[in-house]
Amino acid sequence: MIFDSFSAFIDMGGHGLYVWSAYTITLVVFTYNIVRPLLMRRELIKVQKRILLQAHIEEQAQALDKGRAL
Amino acid sequence: MWNWFHQLGAPRSFYDISGRMLPWFSLVASLLIGTGVVWALLFVPEDYQQGHSVRIMYIHVPAAILAQSVYAMMAGAGAVYLVWRIKLADIAMQCAAPIGASITFLALVTGSIWGKPTWGTWWVWDARLTSTLVLLFLYIGIMALRAAMENRESAGRATAVLALVGVINLPIIKYSVDWWFTLHQSSSFSLTEKPAMPIEMWFPLLLMVFGYYLFFFTLWMMRIRIEIINREYRTDWVRRLVAS
Repeated sequence: MIFDSFSAFIDMGGHGLYVWSAYTITLVVFTYNIVRPLLMRRELIKVQKRILLQAHIEEQAQALDKGRAL
Repeated sequence: MWNWFHQLGAPRSFYDISGRMLPWFSLVASLLIGTGVVWALLFVPEDYQQGHSVRIMYIHVPAAILAQSVYAMMAGAGAVYLVWRIKLADIAMQCAAPIGASITFLALVTGSIWGKPTWGTWWVWDARLTSTLVLLFLYIGIMALRAAMENRESAGRATAVLALVGVINLPIIKYSVDWWFTLHQSSSFSLTEKPAMPIEMWFPLLLMVFGYYLFFFTLWMMRIRIEIINREYRTDWVRRLVAS
């Protein structure tokens, strides 16, 4: 370990602001890159499920109409 | 071998194979980056010129390397799509762009923050920085072009051509530090040559570079899998997948 105390670690020999802001921005961009596809996936599956369900309902309604017509 | 490639090019088998690889890639990526960050922040000695700001190198240099590699991979996928019309190559190209853009953004911002304490300025319009900014605009342009075009096939071809034209920027970025007078130092990280820095500074950087690459591959696979579901929604296997 390079630092003797926690405050020295935070201060980074006067460069703390630069080091920590750079690491924070990296953390934010990384997190965004992970969370974004996870949300996209959830949304996409939700939408496609709805479309599938809709198609299924329509199919059944058509079958019902056919049944009535006979 | 050829057969294996062929199979991987089919969206369904890519989906299956990538699903099995994804946990391992993300695990190794987090281990490498986790170790690298702790090492970089706590154990790397302070630089005799830059002091503790040298710790920014461990997040900046891998981002800058990856920003260019991702572009090369994206353009490569574009070339494959233009020549062989493999759908998966178009999907890969589409999914690499937003990740590449965010990594380039990261390289620019962390570089700028590092520049202030070491060069005394956030930004200079020199060759390295400007050509990296052009790289960011290329990524954004490629995404915008695709979004602007209705027809998926012509959008794929047009973005592939744009991506390939933009490849000219990569050697400019790489050699800018040698060709022009610039504030940016020349490369001190290489896999093939003897490192220009002490080994205890170089090794954690190596971990970070590998970690960033694996992180990118993880993100790339995640996005490709989503785009496969999006484009193949008419096929039975995707319907079954969505319904389950």
